[in-house]
Amino acid sequence: MSDIIATGAAVPARPKNSILVEDKLMKKRNAAEARFKAYGIAAIAISLATLAIMLWTIFSDGVSAFRQATLTFPVTLDAAKLDPQGARNPADLVKVTTVGYGTLLTTAFRAHLQEKGVSTEGLDDKAVGDMISKAAPAQLRDSVLANPSLIGTTKDISVYATGRIDGFLKGRVTMQTAERDANVSPEQLQLADRLREAGILKLQFNSGFLTNTDASDQRPEASGLGVAIIGSLYMMALVALMVLPVGVAASIYLEEFAPKNRFTDLIEVNISNLAAVPSIVFGILGLAIFINFAGLPQSSSLVGALVITLMTLPTIIIATRAALRAVPPSIRDAALGVGASKMQTVFHHVLPLAAPGILTGTILGLASALGETAPLLLIGMVAFVANYPAGPLEGGVMDPATALPVQVYSWAARSDPAFIERSSGAIIVLLFFLVVMNAIAILLRRRFERRW
Amino acid sequence: MTIFKLALAGAVASVAFAGQAVARDQVQITGSSTVLPYATIVAEAFGENFEFPTPVVEGGGSGAGRAKMCEGVGPNTVDIANSSSRISQKDLDTCAANGAKDIMEVRIGYDGIVFASDVNGPEFAFTPSDIYNAVAAEVLKDGKIVANDYTQWSQFNAALPAQDILVLSPGTKHGTREVFEDKVVLAGCEATGAMKAFMDGGMDEDAAEEACLKLRTDGRNVDIDGDYTETLARLDTNKNAIGVFGLSFYQNNTDKLRVATMGGVVPSTESIASGEYPVSRPLYFYVKLAHMDVIPGLKEYVEFFVSDDMAGPNGPLAAYGLVSDPELKKTQEMVAARTPMGPLN
Repeated sequence: MSDIIATGAAVPARPKNSILVEDKLMKKRNAAEARFKAYGIAAIAISLATLAIMLWTIFSDGVSAFRQATLTFPVTLDAAKLDPQGARNPADLVKVTTVGYGTLLTTAFRAHLQEKGVSTEGLDDKAVGDMISKAAPAQLRDSVLANPSLIGTTKDISVYATGRIDGFLKGRVTMQTAERDANVSPEQLQLADRLREAGILKLQFNSGFLTNTDASDQRPEASGLGVAIIGSLYMMALVALMVLPVGVAASIYLEEFAPKNRFTDLIEVNISNLAAVPSIVFGILGLAIFINFAGLPQSSSLVGALVITLMTLPTIIIATRAALRAVPPSIRDAALGVGASKMQTVFHHVLPLAAPGILTGTILGLASALGETAPLLLIGMVAFVANYPAGPLEGGVMDPATALPVQVYSWAARSDPAFIERSSGAIIVLLFFLVVMNAIAILLRRRFERRW
Repeated sequence: MTIFKLALAGAVASVAFAGQAVARDQVQITGSSTVLPYATIVAEAFGENFEFPTPVVEGGGSGAGRAKMCEGVGPNTVDIANSSSRISQKDLDTCAANGAKDIMEVRIGYDGIVFASDVNGPEFAFTPSDIYNAVAAEVLKDGKIVANDYTQWSQFNAALPAQDILVLSPGTKHGTREVFEDKVVLAGCEATGAMKAFMDGGMDEDAAEEACLKLRTDGRNVDIDGDYTETLARLDTNKNAIGVFGLSFYQNNTDKLRVATMGGVVPSTESIASGEYPVSRPLYFYVKLAHMDVIPGLKEYVEFFVSDDMAGPNGPLAAYGLVSDPELKKTQEMVAARTPMGPLN
C-alpha cells in the first residue's frame, strides 16, 4: 500500500480543470465510444430488419394457406349409379371410378344451385362442374368405400373449390387475370360471387392443409402437409434414438476415459471437421451405404434418419463434451475421494449434472436437422408421396415419406401460383416446430441448469 | 452398459440388412422435372382408382434419373426414369453393364417451348432469326460476321418493339436447352445466313454449328439453371425480359405472362400437335422390363399412363399442357407387347 502512495507522489501535478469539463482527448474518446455504440445498434437493426422482412413475406404469403374455399351442398348417393348390382359387394363398388363419382357430384351441385335459385347464366354444365376440385370425387369415393351403408342416402358434403376460385376469394385471382386465364373464366368468378352470397361457397379454416397428402399440379387446393409432418416426426424420433446413445457414449469416453495422445487428438480434430462438412456429402454417403449396399428402401424415413444421424452426430458430441467439461472437477474429486470407481463417478455424478446441457444441445441439433433438405435430395425423399406411411409399429419407417423442408422446396418449384402460398404456409408450420423445439431447450436450461 | 448394448444391437441390425433388398410394394419413379407434373397427375389418378399404392415420383433431372435407373435391377433401384430428352447409347450401355438389359421406351407426348414476356409489355412476334440475333455471340451484319452489339429488338427487325434485349434462356443442364438450341438458335443461324457465312469463312459444319450455338455473354442473354419458377421471378423483377418456358407452365401463369408467336404461330396444344408451331420436343419415360411382374402395380401404371383416358387428347394430361401423341395407339400396342427398345442408331 505504501508503495502506491509513494509512486503516486511522483505523478506530475493533476490538471486543474474539472472532469466535468471535457477536454480534447476526452471528447475524442467519448466520440469513439458513441460511434462504436452506433455501429452496434446499426448491426442489430440490420439483422432485425432482415428478419422482419423475411417473416413479413412468409406470413403475408402463407397465412392464407390455412383457409380454403369450400363448397357445401347435399349429394344423393344414388345406388343405381354407385352399386348397379345392389349387393354392396366391395369388389363391385371398387369398379365405379372417380369419373363416375365426379359426374354424381357435378349433377348434385347443379341441382342444388337450381333449387337455391342461383343463376348459372353464361356457363355450360361443364364449366359449373369445373369449379369443384378434382380431388372431391376421390374423397367421396373413399368415404363411400369405407362406409358402403352411405349408398342410397343423401348427405351434406363440403368439398374444396378449385385453386382459382380459392384464389379469387383470397384476392390472388381477379376478373382481369381470369380473362387471360385458360383455367378459369370471368363468368365462373361471377358465379363464385353469387355462390358466396347464397352461402354455398365459404372460406373456412382448412385442417386439410395439415393432414392431407401431397396433390398433383392440377389440384393445389387439396394438397397438404400430412405425409411431410409424419415423415419429419419419424425422422426426428429415430434420430434422437440413435444419436443420443452414440453421441453420449462417444463424448463420455473421449472426455473422461480416453488417454490424451496423438490418436485421440486426431479423433478430436476429425470430429470438429465433420461438423463442418456440407450436408449434401452425407446424402451421397447415405445413398452409397444405406440404399445401394445395405438395400434399405429408397425414400424411407429410416434412411433419412440414418443420414441425418450421421450429420448431427459431430454437433451432438461437441455439445455433450462441452456440457461434461462444465461439471467442476471438484465433484469428480469428491466422488473419487469417497471411493467411487471412475465409472461410478461418471454415471452417478457427472452425467446427471451434465444432462440438462446434453439435452439442450441435442434438441438444438435436432432442430437444425429438422430443416435439412440437401441430404434428403439424394436418398429419394424429395418426391411426390401421396400415401401416408404406416404406423410406427407396422414398419412405417420403411415406407416412403417426405419431410417438411422438402415439401417447401418441391411446392416452390410447381407451376401453379397457388403452390407459392402453400409453400409459405409450410414454412410457417416448419417455423412453428422450430420455435417449439427451441422453447423446450430454453425451458430445460432454465429449469435444470446448475451454476457453480 | 445398456447404452453400449443398444449401440451394439443397432450395429448388428444394420449388418443384418446388408446385401438383402427389402421388398417394395409401390412403384418408384424418378427423372425429369418437366415430366414430373404429368407423372404426378397420373400417379395420383392411379392411386385413386387402382388397388395399388400411389407411385412415388421424384424430380431431379432427366440425366440423373436415367443414371439412377441404370444402377441395376432389383427392388432397391427405381423402376421408371422420366426423361425430357431421348436416352443416350452411353446410358443404355451402363444399363446393360449393370444387368438392366431390356428397357422399354415410352413416348408420352410432346411438350411445347414458348417465349413469353411480361403481360403488361408489348406483343412480340418472333422468328428463330430474331432470337438468334438477340442471343448469339456473333451475328451476320451487312454481310460480315461481327460480335453481337444489338441492344434493342427493333435494331434487326423493325416490326419488333424498341425494347432492350434481355433473354432468359434455359441453362445448359436443362432438358429445354437442347430444343432451344436445335429448333431456335440453330434454325435462326441458318435463316439469317450466319451459318453459311461461318462455313464460307473456312469452318466445317460441326465447327460452324458450334459457332452458331455460342451465346453472348454481355448480360443480354442470361442462362437460368433453376426451374421455370426462377425464370418467372426474374421476369417479374425485370419487365423487359423475354423468358423461355414450357407450354404447361405458361398456361398456368397466363395472368403474368404474354406469349410470343413463333413464325406467326401462337403456341397451343393444337398448333403443336399439328406441327405448325415449330418448337416442341417429345417426352419419354423408360421402364425396366425386368421389374414388370416383380413390382406390384408397375404394369398397370404404365398401361394406365398411355391409356386414352390419361394421355389422350381429352385426358387430364392434355388439359395440363401435354401435346398428345398422334401415334398413341402404337405406343399402347408396344406397351401391351412389352417390346424392349432396340439399339439407338
